[in-house]
Amino acid sequence: MSFVDFLSLGPLITLCAASVIAMLLVAIWRNHRIVYSFAIIAFLMSMTAVIPAIIYIPHPVPPLLVIDEFSLFNTGLILTAGLIILLLSFNYFEEREERKEEYYILLILATIGALVLVVSRHFMSLFLGLEILSISLYGLIAYLRARERSDEAGIKYLMLAALSSAFLLFGMALVYAFTGHMDFPGIGAALRQAGYLPVSVMAGFGMMLIGVGFKLGVVPFHMWAPDVYEGAPLPVAAFIATVSKGAMLVLLIRFYQDIQGNDYPMLWWMVAIIAVASMFAGNWLALTQQNIKRILAYSSIAHMGYILVAFLSGVQTGLEALAFYLVAYFITSIGAFGVVIVMSSSLQDAETIADYKGLFWRYPWVAMVFTVMLLSLAGIPLTAGFIGKFYVVMAGVNGHQWFLLFMLAINSVIGLYYYIRLVATMFAVPAPGQQTTVVPALPIAGNITLGILTVLLIGLGVYPTAMMQLIQQMMRILS
Amino acid sequence: MILLVLLIVLFAAALLSWVAGAKSHAACRWIALCSLLFNLGIVIRIWLAHTAISGRWWYQYKVDWVPHFGISLHLAMDGLSLLMLALTFFLGALAVLISWKELQTRVGFFHFNLLFVLCGITGVFLTMDLFLFYFFWEMMLIPMYFLIGIWGHEHREYAANKFFLFTQAGGLLMLLAILGLYFVHAANTNVYTFNYFELLNTPMEATTARWLMLGFLVAFLVKLPAVPFHTWLPDAHTEAPTAGSVVLAGLLLKTGAYGILRFVLPLFPAAAAEIAPLAMLLGVAGILYGGMLAFAQTDLKRLIAYTSVSHMGFVLVGAFAFNEIAYQGVVMQMITHGISTGALFIIAGALYERIHTRNLWQMGGLWLRMPLMGSAALIFVMASLGLPGLGNFIAEFLILLGSWPASHLFTILATIGLVIATAYSLRLMQKVFLGPCDRQYAMRDLNGRELVIIISLIIAICWLGFHPQPVLNTTQNTAYVIR
Repeated sequence: MSFVDFLSLGPLITLCAASVIAMLLVAIWRNHRIVYSFAIIAFLMSMTAVIPAIIYIPHPVPPLLVIDEFSLFNTGLILTAGLIILLLSFNYFEEREERKEEYYILLILATIGALVLVVSRHFMSLFLGLEILSISLYGLIAYLRARERSDEAGIKYLMLAALSSAFLLFGMALVYAFTGHMDFPGIGAALRQAGYLPVSVMAGFGMMLIGVGFKLGVVPFHMWAPDVYEGAPLPVAAFIATVSKGAMLVLLIRFYQDIQGNDYPMLWWMVAIIAVASMFAGNWLALTQQNIKRILAYSSIAHMGYILVAFLSGVQTGLEALAFYLVAYFITSIGAFGVVIVMSSSLQDAETIADYKGLFWRYPWVAMVFTVMLLSLAGIPLTAGFIGKFYVVMAGVNGHQWFLLFMLAINSVIGLYYYIRLVATMFAVPAPGQQTTVVPALPIAGNITLGILTVLLIGLGVYPTAMMQLIQQMMRILS
Repeated sequence: MILLVLLIVLFAAALLSWVAGAKSHAACRWIALCSLLFNLGIVIRIWLAHTAISGRWWYQYKVDWVPHFGISLHLAMDGLSLLMLALTFFLGALAVLISWKELQTRVGFFHFNLLFVLCGITGVFLTMDLFLFYFFWEMMLIPMYFLIGIWGHEHREYAANKFFLFTQAGGLLMLLAILGLYFVHAANTNVYTFNYFELLNTPMEATTARWLMLGFLVAFLVKLPAVPFHTWLPDAHTEAPTAGSVVLAGLLLKTGAYGILRFVLPLFPAAAAEIAPLAMLLGVAGILYGGMLAFAQTDLKRLIAYTSVSHMGFVLVGAFAFNEIAYQGVVMQMITHGISTGALFIIAGALYERIHTRNLWQMGGLWLRMPLMGSAALIFVMASLGLPGLGNFIAEFLILLGSWPASHLFTILATIGLVIATAYSLRLMQKVFLGPCDRQYAMRDLNGRELVIIISLIIAICWLGFHPQPVLNTTQNTAYVIR
């Protein structure tokens, strides 16, 4: 391993070392505050390690990994998201669990898994990253053992993730059997040489799509999402919604680009059907939910559908739109979960819509933040979500995907209904004498984090140019 | 720059009044009122200074916003924008004044929303960048949603949701059309821009133009509203607080009409001409159907709301008649409808404050108790039915005159609408103010504040009726699309 390899993989290596040290730290002296601070420092160092890596891009680490602008950008995004989730976690676990230290080790490990996915360009590293991520998530989801639903969610995720991994492996094997390659560019070259898509490879792609689709939580592989979101500890749910899905999406893009998936209409149609089904199922099922976590779960299914529309547009703008949308979606989702986190008391998560009735008149600050997050999810101006949706629609128009766009427009309106219903609940005037059951914790760190997220969200909504330029530069490398 | 000031003043005042609202209700109201009067002053000054000058665009302001996409912060003002802005600030100031006593809960947030929606409307009337237009178009919705949803009457949430979903659905289609136009333009000229002036003469195929035009038109027809898309209007108008109804009827509907004049016709002249008979049919249907429904209502605010559907039908007929007289009429109709319907909503609000019902069957004979309010209502009811001497007459007359060459049939049908207008207007007057009175207790008549509001509205509507020439002159230079 050369020095340049070492520098390029800096963020990954830093986190790996941190996970080992954290483990030792817990073994020597169990203290929540210390492990928490250590985890924050580890994330910060890992983020700093991104900077020297920039010098050497693009730098492949053959055969498994590649460090280019695209992977570094997403590394930064995932690390930032991880850090923010970490910041929101302390109070949540301080109030709830006796043994909270291992949470941080698992969180670091899960982030490592996501980072490996982001830099991988080979079936082996793909699977390695995926399993590190999944196995850490099993532990994370069931972390609050005392809760029934937490166990249920953990088991559910375990079963389905293992099953989907098996499909993924089988799919990979089929692709390998025909092409004789496990690295993405190699597969792409072999397929181009063959000049057609044999049935076995098609079946292989289909099976891989099951594995990928499961992680993304798209229809019809979405069944786990609402239950897991509901049962998992809130910061973990935020992690699944953002980091886990984002990393998988990045991998999907890279694979699709490397094999030039747009040349194969069959593949395109498979993803298109999934996209439309996700939009409809997600929005439709969210309409009648009474539980905020489940609403967020279904809404994230729908948002994956929107992202896939950008993905399917088959133009350069589409990839840019996807990256921008992902950034906006990360901020918004973490923000929305962050609100639920700060609103939850040690006894009970603030998860029913009723807990938020008249929130604006009791805690205007939290309600404003939540409103901004929901409006961003709905794609209303002045928020990053608006620019993101605009970008996606733009990509679709550019790629002449009128049918998909029409579906997107219909779904945006359906989606609006439940977002706006939540907003309306917060602004509803509470009846006199009405008492709410949940007394929010409102920790200071959480509030500051929410403040930063809100500023970021509105900042991106009002002045998106800087971020767009960054993304555009990055995507030029990829194509 | 002065155009940006208009927006910034409103936005700053919105934030400031919210902050001030926590401390003192009066301060918050004064901030809102002063900012609107200040803007009104600026607009009037511009108007006085420029009546003599020819040339269409009086002010332009342009800075890059997202150069990556060719989006710029591009504001411009011509006669049409100027008139619409004058109406916006005038009615906005009145909306603040009428809620002075009516509204006592969460005052700061109310004025924040009110000024914010006015800021969005101002943006819509000024912007010459299609992205920015969509941005402001959507920005109007949220505060309006809150105005209806928080301070409205019994079924406010239903009404607010309906309003929001309808306009959003229309807006999204417009977004698709805007982007379609953007890429068609780029494909033909290789310039990626949302600039209105550059997009104006985009060469495109007839089919493309037809689809894009439809995208714009649907959004504006929903907002206007034209007949199949009008169902959100009665609910929203009825449930909104008085200030909300005034802003909705007086201003928000005008953004739809403005959009047709500013975007649909100039951007797609050929496609618009193709669809003109259908659009005029919708307009006529709106006039007749809206008028008939208005006649059948028992809820005072709902009745007034349906008259809006009817009056906006005239706008649609005139806009698609493709000649200058009709356009002048449309602009007049936009202004006079804003004033007369706004005034009727204000009177309905004042009545509701006193007798706490909007049900026509529970009213009657109120003239005896409140002669001032009765006479004011009479004036605006007369305006609404198109009595000569009042502004609406000029507007409807010009529209009918202009649409005659375009289509005899539709003009005749539209004229029948005037008869229906007479019927529902007189019914309103009779049910509320005339007839037997079964109320024994005293009611206070219009107080000083309300008198100021009503009198300023009366002056405006009479001025437009007797001396419409300044308004007509102002819009004369607007380059209309004439067939």
